Amino acid sequence: MTGEPVLEIRNLSVEYGYDADAVRVLRDVNLTLHAGEVLGLAGESGCGKSTLAYAATRLLPPPGIITGGEVVFTSTRDDRRYDLLTATDDELRATRWEDTAIVFQGAMNSLNPVYRIGRQLTDAISAHRPEQSARQRRDRAAELLDMVGIPADRLRSYPHQLSGGMRQRVMIAMALALEPQLVIMDEPTTALDVVMQRQILQQLADLRTRLGFSVVFITHDVSLLIELADRIAVMYAGEIVEDATASQMYRTPRHPYTDGLLHSFPPLHGPRQELGGIPGAPPDLMSLPRGCTFAPRCRVALDRCRDERPALTATAFADREPHRRVACFQHEREAAAIPPSLTVM
Amino acid sequence: MVTPAQAPAVVTEPTAGSTRRRRGLTGNLLFFRNRKTVIGLVILGFFTVLALIGDLIAPYDPSLPSEVGLQPPSADHWLGTTLLGQDILSQILVGTRGVLFVGLLAGLLAAVLSVLVGVTAGFLGGIGDEGLSLLSNIFLVIPALPLIIIVAGLLPDAGGLTVALIIALTGWAWGARVLRAQTLSLRRRDFIEAARANGESTWRIIVFEILPNLTAVIASGFIGTVIFAILSEITLAFMGVTNISEWNWGTILFWAQSNQALALGAWWWFVPAGLCIAAVGTALTLINFGIDEFVNPRLRTTGKNAKILRARRIRARVGFTPVYRGTGKEQS
Repeated sequence: MTGEPVLEIRNLSVEYGYDADAVRVLRDVNLTLHAGEVLGLAGESGCGKSTLAYAATRLLPPPGIITGGEVVFTSTRDDRRYDLLTATDDELRATRWEDTAIVFQGAMNSLNPVYRIGRQLTDAISAHRPEQSARQRRDRAAELLDMVGIPADRLRSYPHQLSGGMRQRVMIAMALALEPQLVIMDEPTTALDVVMQRQILQQLADLRTRLGFSVVFITHDVSLLIELADRIAVMYAGEIVEDATASQMYRTPRHPYTDGLLHSFPPLHGPRQELGGIPGAPPDLMSLPRGCTFAPRCRVALDRCRDERPALTATAFADREPHRRVACFQHEREAAAIPPSLTVM
Repeated sequence: MVTPAQAPAVVTEPTAGSTRRRRGLTGNLLFFRNRKTVIGLVILGFFTVLALIGDLIAPYDPSLPSEVGLQPPSADHWLGTTLLGQDILSQILVGTRGVLFVGLLAGLLAAVLSVLVGVTAGFLGGIGDEGLSLLSNIFLVIPALPLIIIVAGLLPDAGGLTVALIIALTGWAWGARVLRAQTLSLRRRDFIEAARANGESTWRIIVFEILPNLTAVIASGFIGTVIFAILSEITLAFMGVTNISEWNWGTILFWAQSNQALALGAWWWFVPAGLCIAAVGTALTLINFGIDEFVNPRLRTTGKNAKILRARRIRARVGFTPVYRGTGKEQS
């Protein structure tokens, strides 16, 4: 584990809707992000990855509502420490972008088409650093563009004059404008081709090493996370089912769902093999099964799994993997399911 | 963003039978569950009934003078009498029909005209658009009221029908412009392109793809024109331009004004008619709100949620997700 905790999410619950029909999309989620860490959030569509990130920053649009828990942000630069869920609007406004910046899912469309990107970058800076001169802001904007590998003369370009990948990088530059301690990236590379994806991720990794911010990286592409993330949290039906370092998760997935995710993309090396996939469909959040939410699709489910819901706790091998947590009664089962082709790579 | 897309996806998933039936019911009756709509419809319904049976239930002949002279409200004359001893309640009851007839007819005609011209212009583009836009721009600058005064002067017995026709003819252009702009924006959206690509006919695209998206604009244009038409008609009657022997609320105000009801302190002469005008205007506006929330699927739950949000003192805003710790909802 790297450094101190930056963001501690405790028992966060979120519902969509306000009446009796409200859907509970996050159920008592616990997650800690440490300084300088890249945390990957993985899971199927609709499992609550984005909801978790947006709820933790209070950016969830209506009809989303947070019904419990706390999200404590601890600054690593000074001794500020506050609960985002009890912060007032002004406090939130002041700390957003300063402490936590977000690169949105459709980040390419987050740029206003009628302003030059230089103007949009300096706007973000001037909103939080009004004391800076226009010249300082412009220099900073040029520096930011340079940081993400775009020549500084592009400051005079309009968004439509940039390619999708460049716009995405402008958004990443904008997120880094105020040197935040935490950057949330919601599928930032989904709309890009794999070449661009690789370039951007490479840059992101370099920037992280240089500037030392923490990243929450949301994606459904587990193979991407294994490479990029230090730690991965796998979500299923509004809960975290496994939370482990990337290499642990990759080598010995303890939750059958993680196991299924790892088997649903082809390895680049090794012999040809059949892809497993996960049978069934994501559960209906309106009527979750009584026991483990994954039990109906689980290959190894026991009767106990259908009656009791396993909690997210330390594994049985806690002495070897101290920070690892999993929500499965059978995580001790021999992880022989991983084919050699996957573990060799 | 994933979040807004997630919520509907969850809602449409199959649920237990009882839940679904309950949902279907609320879906159909949602329009009437909105308190604003219900109040608006009740008021408008009340006046519609008066318009239909007003002259049957009117206790007196509204034009018939009597010896009682100017009287405040009493058991015999609920809303008092005019200087000539005419019963004001009867005048209001008989006058309702003219007001609503002119208002609704003018609103309907103007709405039809504006849809025809506006949507066609927006969808056609090119020279057709130029021509129709020119037409609506010309009609936009024709001042309705002076025109009606002139026409009414030329036709001494111009009745409600003439007034309604003139108001409709001069009042459609604004709606047409708004509809044209909205159609222009809709025409290039992906779902229209998709409809074109899978071979839907132009008519089907206009009627099934574009028009439903314009419902809110059409409805608000209609309601706005109805209010405008009612006010114009009352103004004309009040100025004495239209036939003053034909009763409507403006005629009452005309007589009240010309007999200096205010100076005589005869508030009952003009206050009821004024309140009726205000009530109809309010009712139409409330219905407009209801239509707005109903035809836009995204706003549909707004009215339903508003009550709960108020009760729990939650302010649902974009950018600052509310935190509410008191639901006490069991973990399902």
